[in-house]
Amino acid sequence: MSTTESEMAGNGPMIDVKNAAKRYGTVEVLRGINLQVRKGEIVAVIGPSGSGKSTFLRAINNLDPLSSGEVWLEDVQVNKPLTSYQYERHINRVRQDIGMVFQHFNLFPHLSVRQNITLAPRMLKRLSKQEADGLAEQQLRRVGLIDRIDFMPSQLSGGQKQRVAIARALAMQPKVMLFDEATSALDPELVEEVNFVMRQLAESHMTMIIVTHEMGFAQDVCDRVLFMDGGMVVEEGSPDVIFRNPSQERTRSFLRKHLKGRN
Amino acid sequence: MDVELLLRVYPFFLEAALVTVQLSVLSIALGLVCGALGASARLSQLRILRFVGAAYVSVIRGTPALIQLFILYFGGPQIGIQLDAFTAGVIGLGVNIGAYMTETIRGAIIAVDRGQTEAARTLGMSRGQAMRNVILPQALRLMIRPLGVNINAQIKGTALVAAISVVELTYTAQRYIASTYKPFEMFLLAGMIYLVIISATGAAIAWLDRRVAIR
Ligand SMILES: Nc1ncnc2c1ncn2[C@@H]1O[C@H](COP(=O)(O)OP(=O)(O)OP(=O)(O)O)[C@@H](O)[C@H]1O
Ligand SMILES: [Mg+2]
Repeated sequence: MSTTESEMAGNGPMIDVKNAAKRYGTVEVLRGINLQVRKGEIVAVIGPSGSGKSTFLRAINNLDPLSSGEVWLEDVQVNKPLTSYQYERHINRVRQDIGMVFQHFNLFPHLSVRQNITLAPRMLKRLSKQEADGLAEQQLRRVGLIDRIDFMPSQLSGGQKQRVAIARALAMQPKVMLFDEATSALDPELVEEVNFVMRQLAESHMTMIIVTHEMGFAQDVCDRVLFMDGGMVVEEGSPDVIFRNPSQERTRSFLRKHLKGRN
Repeated sequence: MDVELLLRVYPFFLEAALVTVQLSVLSIALGLVCGALGASARLSQLRILRFVGAAYVSVIRGTPALIQLFILYFGGPQIGIQLDAFTAGVIGLGVNIGAYMTETIRGAIIAVDRGQTEAARTLGMSRGQAMRNVILPQALRLMIRPLGVNINAQIKGTALVAAISVVELTYTAQRYIASTYKPFEMFLLAGMIYLVIISATGAAIAWLDRRVAIR
C-alpha cells in the first residue's frame, strides 16, 4: 500500500494545477487553467501583458492565492484547505521546495551576498554557519559569482544581482524553480549572463516554469510552451509547434508582434 | 542685557535643564515603546488591534497635548490616579509622542518594498521571521530620521509640563522672571539651553543615521 503510494508520487507530475481560477472583484484574471509539469521538465509561459502569467505563476506558491482550483506539488496540495493558522505552517514548509526568481531580484539590501543566501537555510533548515557557508559557496560557483561572496547587493550589476537571487533560491534546494521575467529589468547586455545560468540549470534537469518575453530563449531552452491570453491557456505545445506552426490565430498574431526580426 | 544676572542664575538653569533632559529621555523612551506597540497594532492581522491602534493615534493627535496633560494630572485624582507632576509629565508626554511615533514607525515599515516580504516568504519564512530578519532591519534605517523629527518636537514639547509645575527649564525661567522682571534675559537663556540640547540630539541622530546606512 505505502509502496504503491510512493510509486504513484514518483510517477505523477511534479506540479499539477487543476482548474485554476482567480478573480479580483468581478475581474476574472485566471479562467480555469490546467497544467501538469513532469519532473525535470521546463515549461515557458508566454502571452501579452495582463494575460495573467504572473498571477498564475504566483498562484503556484500561493503568493497570489487562487479563488478556486488546486495546486499540487507532487503529493502535497499547496493550497490545501486548512485553518489559517495551520495553513501558515503548511505553506511555509511547502514554499521551501518552490524556488522563485523575480523580475526585480528582491535581494535583501542590508545583507551581504553570503547572508542573502544563508539566511533562509540557516533559519529554516537549521544549518550551522559552516554548512550554510559551504552551500552559499557551492551555489555561487554555480552562478559564477564566488568572488562576490562578501559584496553588498548595491555593489553588483543587475545581472549579478539576478544571479545571486537564483543562487539564493537554489540554496533551499527546491524541487521546482519559478521565474517571473527574470531578465526583463536588465540592460540588454546583461541578459545573456542570466540566460546562461538558467540554461545550465535546465541542463541539470531542474523542473522549471519560466514566464518570459524572450521568445528566442523559450524556444531554445524549454520543452513546452504555454501561450496565455485573457486568463486562459490559448494554446500549448512544443516550442517547434508553438513558434513555427501555431494553430490559433491569437497565438499567430501575438508571435507576429514578438518575433519581428527573428527567424 | 544684564550679564551679571545671567552669570548668577545660569547654574540654576542648568539644574533645570537636567530635569528637561530627564523628562525628554524618559518620555521619548516611553514614546518609542508606545510607538512600537501602536505600529504593531496598526499592522496587525487582527481587526480589533488595528482598530485600537487607529483609535489611539486619532485621539492623541486630535487633541492638544496640554489638555491630555491636564486630564492626566488634574483629572486623574478624580478617578483615583494620583501622580506627582514629573511622573504625570513623563507619561503624558510619552503617550502623546507615542502616537506620532506610531505613524512614523508604521510608515517606515510599509515603505520597505513589498518585494522584500515576497522574497522572504517565498523562501519559506513565516510572517514573523520575514518581519524580524528582512523588513525591520530595513525599516529601522528608514525610521531614524523621521523619529529624529518626533524627538526634536518632543524635547521642545517638554516645555508644556511647566503648566503642571514641573521644575524644568521653562518653568524655571518663568520663576526667575517673577523675581527679576527680566523676561528677555531669562527666556533667552532658556532658549539657548534648549538649542544646545536639541543641536546635540540632532547631531547624534544624524550620526546614527549615517552609521547604519545601507551601503
Ligand atoms: N492586485 C490586483 N488587483 C486587481 N487586478 C489585478 C491585481 N493584480 C493583477 N491584476 C490584473 O490581473 C491581470 C493579470 O495580471 P498579471 O500581472 O498576471 O499579468 P501578466 O501576464 O503577468 O502581465 P505582464 O506581462 O505585464 O507582467 C491584469 O489585468 C491585472 O490588471
Ligand atoms: Mg507579469
